[in-house]
Formats: sequence, C-alpha cells, structure tokens
Amino acid sequence: MQEIINIFVKSIFVDNMIFAFFLGMCSYLAISKTVKTSMGLGLAVVFVLLITVPLNYLIDNYLLKEGALVWISPKFASLDLSYLSFIIFIAVIAAMTQLVEMFVEKTSPVLYAQLGIFLPLIAVNCAILGCSLFMQERQYSNIGEVVGFALGSGIGWLLAIVGIAAIREKLRYSQIPKPLKGLGITFIITGLMAIAFMSFLGIKL
Amino acid sequence: MATINLKLIKNPFSKENPITVQVLGICSALAVTAKLQPAVVMALSVMVVVSLANVIISLLRNTIPSRIRIIVQLVIVSLLVILVDQVLKALVYDVSKQLSVFVGLIITNCIVMGRLEAFAMSHKPFDSFLDGIGNGLGYAAILITLGFIRELFGSGTLWGFKVIPQIFYDWGYQNNSLMIMPPMALILVGLIIWFQRSRNKDLCEE
Repeated sequence: MQEIINIFVKSIFVDNMIFAFFLGMCSYLAISKTVKTSMGLGLAVVFVLLITVPLNYLIDNYLLKEGALVWISPKFASLDLSYLSFIIFIAVIAAMTQLVEMFVEKTSPVLYAQLGIFLPLIAVNCAILGCSLFMQERQYSNIGEVVGFALGSGIGWLLAIVGIAAIREKLRYSQIPKPLKGLGITFIITGLMAIAFMSFLGIKL
Repeated sequence: MATINLKLIKNPFSKENPITVQVLGICSALAVTAKLQPAVVMALSVMVVVSLANVIISLLRNTIPSRIRIIVQLVIVSLLVILVDQVLKALVYDVSKQLSVFVGLIITNCIVMGRLEAFAMSHKPFDSFLDGIGNGLGYAAILITLGFIRELFGSGTLWGFKVIPQIFYDWGYQNNSLMIMPPMALILVGLIIWFQRSRNKDLCEE
C-alpha cells in the first residue's frame, strides 16, 4: 500500500507530466486561457487516464509481453508481440475515448456539457499515450501501482493546466513586450513553474 | 507550379514554423533536446513519418469516409512509427534507448496529425510530400538549435565531443547544469519565439 501512495505522490509532483516530460503540451498551451475550460479538460484527462492505463497494462501483461500468452498454451512461451504495442495502445485509447464519450452523453448530460468537446481531443493528447508507454517502460509490478500512477499523472496534469490558466487570466492585465505576448510569455512562465516544481525532487514517503 | 512547390518547403521554416507559429509538436521538441544527437535522430524520424504519412493519406483521401478518418490516420501513422522504431533499435540502439517513449509518441505528435488534417486530406500526393518535408525541416531547425545550445552550455560538448577547452574549466568555468534540466528548454523556446516575433511583426498576438 505504501508503495502505491509513494508512486501516486511521486507522479503528481516529481514526475509531473508537463513539467518533467512535457507531455500534453499542445492542449496545455491551446486550452489554458480560462480556468473553467482548463478544469474541464483536466478532469477529462484524469478520467481517460484512469481507464486506459490499467486496461493497457492488462493487455500488455496478458497478450503482448514476451511469454505473456502462456496462459493459452505453453507453446507460446517464446512469443514476443511487444512490437505491436504502439498500435494496440493507440487503438485502445481511441476506442475508449469514443466509448466514454457515448457513455457520459447517455448517463450525465451535465458532465457531458462540460467535458463533451474535450473528449475527442484527448485521443490525440500525448499525455495519454505517453502515460501508457511509461507504464510499459517502468514495469510496475501490479495493477494497484498502475492505478496509482495513472491517477497521480492525471492529477499532476490537472494541477499544471489549472495553475497556468489562473496565471494567464491575470496576465491579460499586465504589460508585456508585444512580441513576447501570448505564446512566448506562456512558455517562460511554464519554465518558471517547472523550476518551482523541481524543489519537490527527491520527495519520498 | 514550381513557385508554389518551393513555398511549401520554405514557409514552414519561418512564417509557418510548426513549433513557434503553429504550436504543434512541442512535447518531443522539448524532451529530446538535452543533447544534440538524439535531437537530430528525432528530427529525422519525424520528417520521415510526416512525409510518408502525408503521401499515403493523400493517396487515400478520396476513399476515407470522413467519420472515421481520425482512426484511419492513427493506424497509418502508428504503422510508420513502428517501422521507424524497429529501424532505430537495429541501427542506433543507444540513441533509441535515450529517446525512450518519445519515438512512440510521434504517433500523437500534433505535427503529424495537424498536417494530415490540414493539408494531406485536400492536396495531391506530391504536394503533400513536399509539405511533409518542409514541416519536418522547420521542426528540425528548432530541435537542432535547442539541442546545440543546451548541449554546448549544459555539458560543454557537441555530439558527445568536448568543445570547451580544459583551460576554461581550470579558470573556474562551470557547466550550467540548469540547461539540461527540463525548465530551461521551456524558457529557451520562449526566447526563440520572442526573437522570431520581434523580427517578424506579423506574427505578434493581440
């Protein structure tokens, strides 16, 4: 249990998706103009990560890894399908976002009105695929750790996008050199936020 | 015809640069540029994937139903990326290890998807190919600049060779280790955008 909490905290603060790996930068820059919409997108990302990463973990462990197919027949012990992982992962992500969108539309119209426009965007958000690929690379030992990692990464991303949106709302009233306005200053502020997040380095429960 | 074609390659270099103007493909641009060599390999891989995917999608553009076009694009791009990944693993294993997940992330690199949607779905194969090469070059230009600056000041080397002479260190020169940390990449891109926009006023935002 402690290991899971440790991974959870670490993936929010130390291995933050945006500040340490720059994943999901495109939507981070495009949809961070107001706090409200960025909150919606952030929640959608947490939601989709929580579904796709554990699912991809199961697929990776029981279908793709070397020797993963032993449960069908011992003959497959030397079979290694991991070169297929990119295409399977992205297919799972695209299909799941579609399903989630339809499910949310049916069950909760309020949530759909908030998340609806962002859900299709998420299929091509690199944070989602990146999270699955990191999960594969770091070889977590059980599904609990994977869920902790997915939740932590999602919340870390949410924190980052809501933070920058709040700052950008204030920035509208400040005097910035004209060529630096908009994109330029957003990059520099993200850099400063990343330096601030570096102070969490080495945190451990 | 010749003039239009030239524009397709030239524009992404400055006025329509995929990173600083279209804001596409930022993730990988920042993550792989701590050293020059992975930056160059990454730029080449992206260029190959963008141009080939552009050609394939452009050939198929009249047969893809528009409702499922995203899935079709993703499948074609991920096939190309699997090929690139296997080639990198076979030829330059060390670099492929350094790039880790970022080769896989070319699939969701917005440059690829963005150019497919914006250009290849509505243009002829050869033009699409040139557009892919042009955008790949524009992307490469930024990646190589970043990789050059960050490796030179961060580790005192270029392509793994020492370029800052030992005597500098004896006099007290220190490598700026912040340069190889993630935050500096963001700040450098901000500065590049500042520089480019002050040269070209049309690009300024209101």
